[in-house]
Amino acid sequence: MNTPLSWIKDYVPELDCTALEYSDKLTLSGTKVETAEELGKNLSKIYIGEIKSVAQHPNADKLVVCTVNVGAERADGVDDNGDVQIVTGAPNVTVETVGALVPVVLDGGKVAGGHDGGAKPEDGIVIKSGELRGVKSYGMMCSIEELGSDRNAYPLAPESGIYIFNDAVIKELGLKPGDDAIKALGLDDTVIEYEITSNRVDCYSIVGIAREAAAVFGKEFKFNTPKETGNSESINDYLKVRVEDERLCPRYCARMVKNIKFAPSPEWMQKRLRNSGIRPINNLVDITNFVMLEYGQPMHAFDYDTLEGHEIVVKCASDGEVFKTLDGQDRELDHTVLMINDAVKPVGIAGVMGGENSMITENVHTVVFEGANFDGVNVRLSAKKAGLRTDASSIFEKGLDPANALSAVDRACELVEELGCGEVVGGTIDIYPHPEIGVTIDFEPDRINALLGTHISTEDMLKIFDKIELAYDKASNKIIVPSFRRDLYATCDLAEEVLRFYGYDKIEDTLPVGESTAGKLTYKLRVDEKVRNIAELSGFDHIMTYAFESPKAFDMLNIQADSDLRKCIVINNPLGEDFSVMRTQPLNAMLTALSFNYSHKNENVWLYDLANIYVPKALPLTELPDEREQLTLAGYGDDIDFYSLKGVIEVIFERLGMNKRYKLNADCNRPYLHPGRKADIYYDGVLVGYIGELHPIVAKNYGFKEGVRAYIAVLDMPEIVRFTDFDRKHEGVAKFPAVSRDLSMLVPKELCAGDIEDMILQRGGKLLENVKLFDIYEGAQVKNGYKSMAYSLSFRSKEHTLTDDEITSAMNKILNGLNSLNIELRS
Amino acid sequence: MKDKLKQITEEALAKIKASKSLDEINDIRVEFLGKKGRITSIMKELKDIAPEDRPAFGQLVNEAKQKAEQAIEDTKSRLQSAALEAKLASEKIDVTLPAKKKKTGHGHPNQVALDEVERIFVGMGYDVVEGPEVEYQEYNFTKLNIPEGHPARDEQDTFYITDEILLRSQTSPVQAHVMEQGKLPIRMIAPGRVFRSDSIDATHSPSFHQIEGLVVDKHITMTDLKGTLTQFAEQLFGEGTKTRFRPHHFQFTEPSAEVDVSCFKCGGKGCRFCKGEGWIEILGCGMVHPHVLEMCGIDPNEYTGFAFGVGLERIAILKYEIDDMRLLYENDARFLKQF
Repeated sequence: MNTPLSWIKDYVPELDCTALEYSDKLTLSGTKVETAEELGKNLSKIYIGEIKSVAQHPNADKLVVCTVNVGAERADGVDDNGDVQIVTGAPNVTVETVGALVPVVLDGGKVAGGHDGGAKPEDGIVIKSGELRGVKSYGMMCSIEELGSDRNAYPLAPESGIYIFNDAVIKELGLKPGDDAIKALGLDDTVIEYEITSNRVDCYSIVGIAREAAAVFGKEFKFNTPKETGNSESINDYLKVRVEDERLCPRYCARMVKNIKFAPSPEWMQKRLRNSGIRPINNLVDITNFVMLEYGQPMHAFDYDTLEGHEIVVKCASDGEVFKTLDGQDRELDHTVLMINDAVKPVGIAGVMGGENSMITENVHTVVFEGANFDGVNVRLSAKKAGLRTDASSIFEKGLDPANALSAVDRACELVEELGCGEVVGGTIDIYPHPEIGVTIDFEPDRINALLGTHISTEDMLKIFDKIELAYDKASNKIIVPSFRRDLYATCDLAEEVLRFYGYDKIEDTLPVGESTAGKLTYKLRVDEKVRNIAELSGFDHIMTYAFESPKAFDMLNIQADSDLRKCIVINNPLGEDFSVMRTQPLNAMLTALSFNYSHKNENVWLYDLANIYVPKALPLTELPDEREQLTLAGYGDDIDFYSLKGVIEVIFERLGMNKRYKLNADCNRPYLHPGRKADIYYDGVLVGYIGELHPIVAKNYGFKEGVRAYIAVLDMPEIVRFTDFDRKHEGVAKFPAVSRDLSMLVPKELCAGDIEDMILQRGGKLLENVKLFDIYEGAQVKNGYKSMAYSLSFRSKEHTLTDDEITSAMNKILNGLNSLNIELRS
Repeated sequence: MKDKLKQITEEALAKIKASKSLDEINDIRVEFLGKKGRITSIMKELKDIAPEDRPAFGQLVNEAKQKAEQAIEDTKSRLQSAALEAKLASEKIDVTLPAKKKKTGHGHPNQVALDEVERIFVGMGYDVVEGPEVEYQEYNFTKLNIPEGHPARDEQDTFYITDEILLRSQTSPVQAHVMEQGKLPIRMIAPGRVFRSDSIDATHSPSFHQIEGLVVDKHITMTDLKGTLTQFAEQLFGEGTKTRFRPHHFQFTEPSAEVDVSCFKCGGKGCRFCKGEGWIEILGCGMVHPHVLEMCGIDPNEYTGFAFGVGLERIAILKYEIDDMRLLYENDARFLKQF
């Protein structure tokens, strides 16, 4: 919402403050000012000049030498008569232009931008007297772009060349040479941009903001109720209105204007529109726009002669009905879309846009003004269905004050008469079957103070209410809410009003008293924190990724067509295919991050992610999915391989108190992993994750060069969390010496170290303290089909020094076990 | 004889003093004090001395021996420490050669900022809890006083999965979950991922994080909210940080406010960082709307509460002066390394 400060001052004439004071005070009372743009900030010494003569420049084909009269202004080069010589290359200055009034900047003055309308320098451009091809020039005639504006705001400005004041404006403002051109152009204004909160629909209007400003500054708010208008005829003799759906259209007001006379609207109105960001068009269009800005009530104008049966019927469309809106587009509708119809056909989508069939053209004679109140939700849904969100619909959808519907048409008619735009027909059609019962709220100052933590007196509260037109009825002890305040229903709402004007900054800082509580993290969050610490100490950087991704990820990851992973949650209205499904695996996000680093030539990158996957219980979704947090560790580079990553997993288990022996099962279905370098991780018989080297095909899909190996491990945190144990018990430090025995053996190639260790641990019994592989070798010196492995076994008892017999007995059991695995001892 | 002893002793002491190595000193010990050493040998000449003088002479010899022994020990220890010094000197290293460092990882700036926020609120007695990211519309909207048809429910802003299930657009639904559990008083924060239909650019992301805060108890006031958040801002952004509360609107709080902190770059004078305003918006907050309390089974006549919502990325971006939100989700190791 952009409004010129000058328009606010029309309603609060006593308002006397700088733009900065205005911005600060309104912001602190809840009408947040985003920007305050002083239009004339970089404009100075710019006057109205009359072109007296135009002559060809002696040395340049494209330049002319002009004498311009700037009245009584004195500056370098201006003679006693007020004449000054200016050289220009503007294409629209010719001998025919003699007599025209134009904006002229004199020596030492400033303009806002270049004539090309490009980016404007922060501090403007200083203009100095100089010489152009040997001829003195003491200033510059300005284009609208040089004045910091454009043709959109000043439609009469030429496409290229000097801005020339038109006769109507000269007459209206009584312009003469030497007058302040900035003021004449309406650039002596500040445009304020607000952030209006959605509850304050009344503030989407000049009147609403002016009312706030008046209350904030304690000045009088001067609202002029539109005066009575119209000839002696009655609108009822011309038009009938019938509202079939009273819920969707609580109020419908219509007035008529005949003998329309099109003309540009006066400069005062154009300036208001222009500085609000609306392009002036003609008096009729400008009036409807003006009223929309001023009252916050969108209006529509129909060409009366196109309304068959001279009737307006408000009712819903039929399913599948197609309607051409005035922008020439066909819109498909259904029975929920409220329409404005004549006796036989629809002529507009209520609150959204009129139809091409009834639009105002330059041949219009008689116009029907519509000021209506529509159900906000319905307008919003209609706009959505029609695929057409307009300025009008975006205001209607907030739910307007029904009182405004009538005020708006009356105001429009007042302006029609004032501008001589046509003849207003007497009377108003006002269909308002169930007038709104106003809201009243019990006045409970103690509760207000209790909620706020303040001690504001009843008297001060009532003073505040009075400023914002909330009346107090002493008899019933109720606050009466005016109809334009659509946001006040309860005591807490009144409390906010009190606080807004008392000052949010004036209340104390206190802390909650009462029962003290010990803050803590949930157990799951404690585990998360621990896991993050371990991952980071192990060298992995924490990444954050998106929860949604492209369904193409499944193919990138080499996931089979019938895999459960493909049963994913699909977003109904995604930002695009790349963000359309909720991830069911954490791999794509991680590999995307790794790939980003790889393509940016970052070496030796290790990353971890701790985030959810979303596993639907049924599709389509009928209940919330299972959100499973996954710890994903991955990396590429010289210092990472399968076993170092496996080591990190072991450290995690160790630090989380998961002291049982976990198992790796290489016989698992992980198509994204290298078939010979992958394993599922089991803890206590439960699948808790997987680990492996990235499948070369997948690596290639993510942009890794052939030969680059990436490693990845995933832990399913809900399973991990239930195995964690932060409870520790001291076991004592060994008092008796350990005895170690080495085993050097020939092992059938396909036998896994894990199986050998399982056997040794099982047979070694309680005395076996540690088993450590210290050598493994495959090659020429080892017989075919075998590998050489050497283990160091360490035995210890907590109770005594071990005897040879005890060790021999344990070793024998182990040796028997080796035998059963077809392992040969090496001598 | 006495003179001979004196002369030998003096000779020994001189030699000991002049000796330059442990080997040399050992040789000297053998020469004078060994079994056949020159001082030792003098004892053999005892027979040539008058019997009555023998004890005195024997004592003299012993004294000479002790003197020599002492001198040898002193010199030995001097030489030993000199030798150690020399050895250590030879082992000198260049301490400025590169360190051998174990690779360590880095926290994500979001998480680093979140840890800070959690630390502050846990210290004030708040629990840290979580809620579902895929949520029922009822919790994301209805129970937060955002009725059917309200523009905030628009598909332009919210990702829907079905009519009833969506990706939560705020962490506020956690408020409803916690209140419904019925355990009072409540002091909690709920950090988490939220989703909005915003295209990715320097200041927007379709997925980001919020931290919700909720306190419900008897006699909770707006001044409590102000005091709490003022303290939070001071702890997070440093002492001397000023806060500014501006009226605002949220469906589930009334009165509502937005909170700005004084720009920590310019201290409030106005600079590029704060767009000349001197203030930077950091969060939204307010007193829990009585409808919301009621819908969650809490009697608004007995209890009041306040709630607030902070954008985590916003905090991280401000605190660490990150100029583009996209950096947070690109996960460039060169970026992450800085946290």
